[in-house]
Amino acid sequence: MRYTFDFGAVLDRAPELLWGSLGTVGLALAGMLLALVIGLLGVVARSSKSEITRAAVIVFVEVVRNTPFLVQIFFIYFALPLMGIRLNPTVTAIIALGINGGAYAIEIIRGGIESVSRGQIEAGFALGLHKADVFRLIVLKPALRAIYPSLTSQFIMLTLTTSVCTSIAAYELTSAAQRIESDTFRSFEVYFTVTAIYLVISSLMMGLFALISRHYFNYPTR
Amino acid sequence: MGPIGEDQFLFLMQGLKWTVLLAIVGFIGGGIFGILIALLRTSKNKVARTITAGYIGVFQGTPLLMQLFVVYYGVALLGIDVNAWIAVAVAFTLHASAFLGEIWRGSIEAVPKGQTEAANALGLHYVSRMKDVILPQALKISMPATIGFLVQLTKGTSLAAIVGFIELTRAGQIISNQTYRPLLVFGIVGAIYFIICWPLSHAGSRLEKRMAKAAR
Repeated sequence: MRYTFDFGAVLDRAPELLWGSLGTVGLALAGMLLALVIGLLGVVARSSKSEITRAAVIVFVEVVRNTPFLVQIFFIYFALPLMGIRLNPTVTAIIALGINGGAYAIEIIRGGIESVSRGQIEAGFALGLHKADVFRLIVLKPALRAIYPSLTSQFIMLTLTTSVCTSIAAYELTSAAQRIESDTFRSFEVYFTVTAIYLVISSLMMGLFALISRHYFNYPTR
Repeated sequence: MGPIGEDQFLFLMQGLKWTVLLAIVGFIGGGIFGILIALLRTSKNKVARTITAGYIGVFQGTPLLMQLFVVYYGVALLGIDVNAWIAVAVAFTLHASAFLGEIWRGSIEAVPKGQTEAANALGLHYVSRMKDVILPQALKISMPATIGFLVQLTKGTSLAAIVGFIELTRAGQIISNQTYRPLLVFGIVGAIYFIICWPLSHAGSRLEKRMAKAAR
């Protein structure tokens, strides 16, 4: 039996794929933003004086990092309505992505801040800098530089993870692919094309992140 | 709502069996091909380096779910009648080989250059140099990242649920639909993944800390 490829059936649905791609990018960007907010809040809470707050952050990070995203998104999808919160699947997906990415962001940001050595901060004070200046110039900038590569590669992973959001029928590329597949039965062609689109999206994002890095962190360290 | 009794629990355990099997098969298969990828990626041959770089780039730049779909339907197109289990296992093997290949490339390159030079000076040929000198050291360096990937792979097997393969997450979905207790079921399913993954993550990060201390 010979199989004839028919990509035409898929290309006919190009507008849908384009909108799906935009949905994926939107989902990813919103998820990243929420992840960043959760990450920063988590880092602050992680160094809180209250032992309970600190423990809660640790438990949150460990639970999220050691369970599959698919299980997390199902849990959130069913848990929110029980809490009286009714959201559409796409917003639910953003929350799930933000929570997942946030747990990783907490660890990455914390590691970056800890990497700034105590001696540098003391040297800053010895030079007569204000507390705000010490934070901005000595802690924040080098920490950002240390965090940036891990955080952005985590963000790329988050972008690829958005495909799992099809399981709750969020608006993105994979769910568009599944719709086209069930209409055309061109399973291989559809998924092959969509995989290529994901490769383009993630490559563009990597390129953009590299460009930003070259622009902002292009200074000698020693 | 239905109760979660012994039958439901046994069904979850059946699913768990497939999850663990998939993770193990993916890890071993991916390990075997991963070494090959890592060796080609660090070889002197430019063509081999470029091809393996592309292979790694494609698998790291596309969603695992898409890789599952493409392999799943791609294998069917070859005209071979394979069951879902083999198709999914092939997909995880390919996925793991790219990620492990990249991790091990990094560790091979992290072995000090002097080791290669010393091996050459001793007159060791390529196979012996790699097998007896470089790879054992690289393996040690790669341990934390390799364990980290095993955790990622175990969690990744849950995506087989979306292509319809009944592993732990899919078993959970089925029971959730039967009993109308999604939170309880997915809570249990999540807890089972956690029990598998957390000790691994913990061992990985402890190893990493110990190696960082030793390096200082």
